[in-house]
Amino acid sequence: MNLAATILIDGLTYASWLFIVALGLTLVFGVLKILNIAHGSFYALGAYAAASFVGWFATLKFAPGWSIVALLLAAVAVAALVAPLTERGLLRFFYGRDEVLLVLVTYALFLILEDVTKLIWGANPYYVSAPYSLFGNVEIGPQVYVGYDFLLVGLALVVGIAVWWGLNRTRQGKIVLAVIHSAEIASSMGINVSRVYMLAFSIGIFLAAIGGAFTAPMISVQPGVSVGVIIVSFAVVIIGGLGSIEGAAVGALIVGLARSLAVHLAPVAELFSIYIVMAAVLMVRPEGLFQQTQARKI
Amino acid sequence: MSASVSTPAPALPLRPARRAPRRLVLGGIALTAALLVAGAYMPKWLTFLITMAASHGLVSLGIVLMMRGGVVSFGQGLVFALGAYAAALAYTRLGITDALGLALLGGAVATLGVAPFAPLLSRYRGIFFAMLTLALSMVVFGVLTKTEALGGSDGFNMGRVTVFGQKLADGHVGYVLYSVTVVVAAVLALLARVYFDSTRGLLTLAVRENELRVEYLGGSVRRAMAINFVLAAFAGGTGGALVVMSLGHIDPNFSYWTTSGEFVFVAILAGWQSVLAVFIASTVLEVVRSFSSLYFPNTWQLSLGLFLLFVIRFLPRGIGSLWIGRTGSARSAEKPR
Repeated sequence: MNLAATILIDGLTYASWLFIVALGLTLVFGVLKILNIAHGSFYALGAYAAASFVGWFATLKFAPGWSIVALLLAAVAVAALVAPLTERGLLRFFYGRDEVLLVLVTYALFLILEDVTKLIWGANPYYVSAPYSLFGNVEIGPQVYVGYDFLLVGLALVVGIAVWWGLNRTRQGKIVLAVIHSAEIASSMGINVSRVYMLAFSIGIFLAAIGGAFTAPMISVQPGVSVGVIIVSFAVVIIGGLGSIEGAAVGALIVGLARSLAVHLAPVAELFSIYIVMAAVLMVRPEGLFQQTQARKI
Repeated sequence: MSASVSTPAPALPLRPARRAPRRLVLGGIALTAALLVAGAYMPKWLTFLITMAASHGLVSLGIVLMMRGGVVSFGQGLVFALGAYAAALAYTRLGITDALGLALLGGAVATLGVAPFAPLLSRYRGIFFAMLTLALSMVVFGVLTKTEALGGSDGFNMGRVTVFGQKLADGHVGYVLYSVTVVVAAVLALLARVYFDSTRGLLTLAVRENELRVEYLGGSVRRAMAINFVLAAFAGGTGGALVVMSLGHIDPNFSYWTTSGEFVFVAILAGWQSVLAVFIASTVLEVVRSFSSLYFPNTWQLSLGLFLLFVIRFLPRGIGSLWIGRTGSARSAEKPR
């Protein structure tokens, strides 16, 4: 019973983290039709920026509670700086090209950003411990959990609901949906499609960066942070169906639980349990669990 | 280039006018011989660089083979690792030391290893093909990392191979492995060219243009794709075996997605028209890798990324398009009616 609870809670916290990151990925794919390998790099940028911001806040003698604000600001800064640069400066030249080619463009971007982060922040690890101890410990039965982990669950809920609400209940969201449906018709209706692309891409990057920023306190921020995230979040969006928010949520839960089951019951399988689920879903429902099968276009 | 303008365009030939296969074979043999002779005078670092380029190039050749049908595998590290592990294990556990035998074994094991997935994968296109191959390679990565018997994430070493029963002396080992790699790569490259120009090879090109049309004309798209996948696995497995023989060490990173990414990089750089271009592209990557890790170790990925962007933007059909397919490109640029 205890074990089941542990597995569930571990899976849930891991899933929340995954969901935040994968949501950005799925949003960018839904709107821009780009499966973004560099998403992991934006995640890493978020984590590094968080390290810097928390450091600055500490030297400016803010109370430790402000470090959460620092994390948020870090994510905003990354999105505001990097999104226009990459979308306007790079991606727009490749719109409409083959999807696989676009994956390669973002792969190139990933390679570039790997070195850029190293040039800015160096190769030594950063530790952002201040926010981690803010929320104390939570005792559930005999187990003690770090309160910060549950902050992630809350953040995932807030972010997920906000994005869903924004897309389905606001005017701007309806415009985005129209562009997802058909960019051509939307633009002939007078919608500024490039602005929608820009907006969606910025939100996508913001989600990656906020995922990175709020993970920074739990890990040591160092080169290689990005590489591991990419394929796991790919797994999530593939399982749920590319471009689907509900899919990303369910995909994150499945992957999170699969991983925590593996960690606790069969540690050998930890690394590949995720990919087995991913491969299995691709084999049975290649469009993902939450995507309608599309008719073949001639 | 100008010739294509002046001569009236012939009706689309079913076979590209059988570009004198004998000349092709002779040219291949001449190039290989030239490389073998030149290798004897090359400094050690250069023979090693070309050995790596040729053996890695084989894996990318497999990707190009599939690219001709319009799909790109992001998990070719899978067959690369299968071939390499097979060769290394056969050496350490079974005592098979012959270089050629190990290379063939690597190719065979990789082929058999992925063949069961071929019928399944032949249904997938675009991003889904890329992602499923990626997932499979990452499963293998996970398994290899956790298998203590295979050295876990550290991998293991293998000793020096023999060639035709001869032990290799310290001074010669680099050159001999270079020769073996160049010869094997040349043979597979020629076979690839022959396959490209065969009926199924051309059918593959037709799939890229219009899959449905191929089906209506009675060709089996799925069979073509499955066979391409299996052939690519053989090339990749052989490449993996050749690499591990020269490196003397293997670890699970052979199957990691960044390794696969580099193979795709080379394939895109080469384009899908020329076999020679694959090996040139592979050499370019190795040169960029060694020189930048020597002179600017902190920015070599940066230069690689910029280079890749440049190629995708300005040379979308790869460096092979510089000398092949000018007329072909003009023709395929016509919209299908």
